Amino acid sequence: MTQAKTERLVNLTLALMAAPRFLTVAELGRLVQGYEPDGTDTGGDAFRRMFERDKEELRELGIPLQTGPVDALWADELGYRIARSDYALPEITLDPDEAAALGLAARLWSSAELAEATSSALTKLSAAGIEPIPPPVGLEARLDASEPSFGALYDAVATHREVRFGYRRPGGVEAARRLQPWGLTSWRGRWYVAGQDLDRQAPRVFRLSRITSPVAGVGAPGAYQPPVDLDVRSLVMAADPDDPPVTGVARIRVVAGAGQRLRHGATQVGSDPDLLDVPFADLAGFADLITSYGPDAVVEGPPQLRSLVVDRLTALAGTSS
Amino acid sequence: MNSAVQRLPRLLALVPWLRTHPGVSIDDAADAFAITPRQLRSDIELLFCCGLPGGSPGDLIDIDLEGDRLTLRDPQTLDRPLRLTTDEGLALLVAVRALADVPGLSERDALVRVQGKLESALGRPQPAQPAVSVALEAPAGQAMIGLRRGVDEGRRLHLSYLGAARDEVTERDVDPMRLLLKDGHWYLEGWCHRAEAVRLFRVDRIEQVRVLDAPAAPPPFAVPRDLADGLFQPSPDHALIELELTAGAGWVADYYPCEYADEQANGDMLVGLRTPDFGWARRLVLRLGGRARVLSPPELAAEVRDYAGRALARYAEGVAAEAEKMAR
Repeated sequence: MTQAKTERLVNLTLALMAAPRFLTVAELGRLVQGYEPDGTDTGGDAFRRMFERDKEELRELGIPLQTGPVDALWADELGYRIARSDYALPEITLDPDEAAALGLAARLWSSAELAEATSSALTKLSAAGIEPIPPPVGLEARLDASEPSFGALYDAVATHREVRFGYRRPGGVEAARRLQPWGLTSWRGRWYVAGQDLDRQAPRVFRLSRITSPVAGVGAPGAYQPPVDLDVRSLVMAADPDDPPVTGVARIRVVAGAGQRLRHGATQVGSDPDLLDVPFADLAGFADLITSYGPDAVVEGPPQLRSLVVDRLTALAGTSS
Repeated sequence: MNSAVQRLPRLLALVPWLRTHPGVSIDDAADAFAITPRQLRSDIELLFCCGLPGGSPGDLIDIDLEGDRLTLRDPQTLDRPLRLTTDEGLALLVAVRALADVPGLSERDALVRVQGKLESALGRPQPAQPAVSVALEAPAGQAMIGLRRGVDEGRRLHLSYLGAARDEVTERDVDPMRLLLKDGHWYLEGWCHRAEAVRLFRVDRIEQVRVLDAPAAPPPFAVPRDLADGLFQPSPDHALIELELTAGAGWVADYYPCEYADEQANGDMLVGLRTPDFGWARRLVLRLGGRARVLSPPELAAEVRDYAGRALARYAEGVAAEAEKMAR
C-alpha cells in the first residue's frame, strides 16, 4: 500500500466516523483528502472504482461500514458512515489476577497464525489501557502448531473453503483427499482437522502431521456451512485410536512388584495383589501391550487373548534374529 | 501479511495507544508495535497529515514530538482502538478457554472471568464449538496444585513417580525449576536429587506430591533444557536401535523421532532410533509382537528372544499345571 493510499484510508475512516449522517460517494469524494488532488471528476468511474476498493479494504480490517439512505425522503440514494459505537472496542477493565490470567493465555500459541492474531489483539487491548501481566517465572504453557498445513487449513476453516491435500496413514499409501473443513482441534498435543470428506461423503478426521502435500484451496470461499450441531472434539476423540471404549476385561497374573502401569485402572482379584482384572478396548492392541511385559505378565483369560499373546511371543522367540 | 498491508491497522491502533501511553519514547513505542524506530517515525509523520474533512489545523490528528517523547494532543475520532477481529478474538478466547479447563491451575477462576469479559467485548455470540479448539491435558488437580506451590514458593518436592523407562514407582526429592506444557503434556522440570541431574517428569505419571519445608536449591549449573527442538533430543551418545518394520508396525516411524526412516519397495520400513534406555527398546520390540525385526544391536535381539522365551515357558508351566489338575 502506498503512503498516499494509507493516508487516504485513514482520512476516509475519520470522515466516516465523524459524519453526522450517511454520506454519499460524491460527498466523500469532495470531503476526503486524497481522493482529488486536482479537484476533478468525483463522479467518474475511476473514482468510483477506487472508492469501492477502499471500502472493501476497510471492511477486511473489520471496520464496520454502514450503508443507509442519505435522506429520509429520498430513500433511493445510499450513503456510508461508521458508527463509533460499532467501531470502538468496548470498555474492558481487568482485575490484576485477570490481567495475569490473560498474560498466561496470550503466551499459549507458538504458531505463526495464532501468535500473530494474538499480538494484534494485545496491541488493541493495550491501546484501551489493558496490559496483560506476564506469567510467573517457572510456569510455561506453550502449544505448537508447526505443521506446515496449519495456516492454509486455518484460513479454509475460517472462510468455509474446500481444500485438497495428499494424506498418508502410517503404513498406508498416499492418496489425494478432498475436504470441506469444519474445524481444527488440538487433542493430546496433536492437531486434527475435521470436515466433510467429499470422496467418502461422510465426516472424517485427519491428523495434520500426516498431510503430505501443500493444502490447496478449491473454488470460492463460503461454499458450504458446517453442521450447526458440530462437535469437532467428539469427532476427533471417536477417531482417536489411543482412547477407544472398553470392550472386555482380561485376567492377568503379574509378577510381584512389576506391571506398575498395568495395575492402574485394574481391579485386584480376591486377596492376591498380583492377580488383576484389567479392562481393555481392542483385543489385538491389548495383546500387544501384554506381550511388551514379557514374562512379567501372563494372561489367564479370556482364551482368545491368551492365544494372541502366545502367537506373538512365539514369533518373537523365533524370528527376532 | 507484509508490513505494507499491516500498516493501516497499525496506524489505527497507534493513535489510541499513544493516548494510553502519554510521554512514551519512540523506541518503546516501536518495540510495542514490533517495528523499527525509523518506521515508527514515518508512521507519526504520516499521521501528522491525517484528519477530519476541512483540513484546518484543528481538524488534524495532533501529536507532540519533544526530543524522542510522544504525546497525543488530539486523536480526532480515533480515541478508542478498533474492535477485535474474528481471528484476534478467536486466538485469545481459544487460549483462555483451553487453560481454564486445566484443573489445579490457580489462574482458573480469573481465566473464566476473562473469558466472559472478552466474549462480551467481542459483542458477537461465540459458538460453543469454535472453528479452532484445544483440549489441553488435564492431569489430577491435586498434583498440579502441589507442583505449582513448589514452583511459586521455591520449595523442595517429594514425588512418587511412575517412570516411563522402568516399570516401577520411584520416590524422589526434586527441586522444581519450572512447570511447563509441551507437546500437549504437562511436565515438571527440576533438579532430581536421586538422579543428581536435571530431569523432566510427566505430571500425569506423578502419583503423589508432597511439598517439603526445605527450600528448592538446584545447583547453580542446573539450567532448564532448551526444548525448542522437542522433548526427545536423541543424543549421538545414545545407542542406535535399527529395526525393520513390517505392515502394522509403521506407526513407530510416525510416533517416535527417528534418525532415519526409509521405506522399502515392499512397503516395509527401515528405521533408526536413538535411546538411552535399553529397556524401552526391548518393550517396544516385544510390543510389536513379531511385526518388527531387530537389525542392530545384536544384544537387543538376543534380549527380546530371551524375554519371549521365558514368557512362553510361563505359559507352558500354566498348561502343564492345568493338565496335571485335569489328570488328577
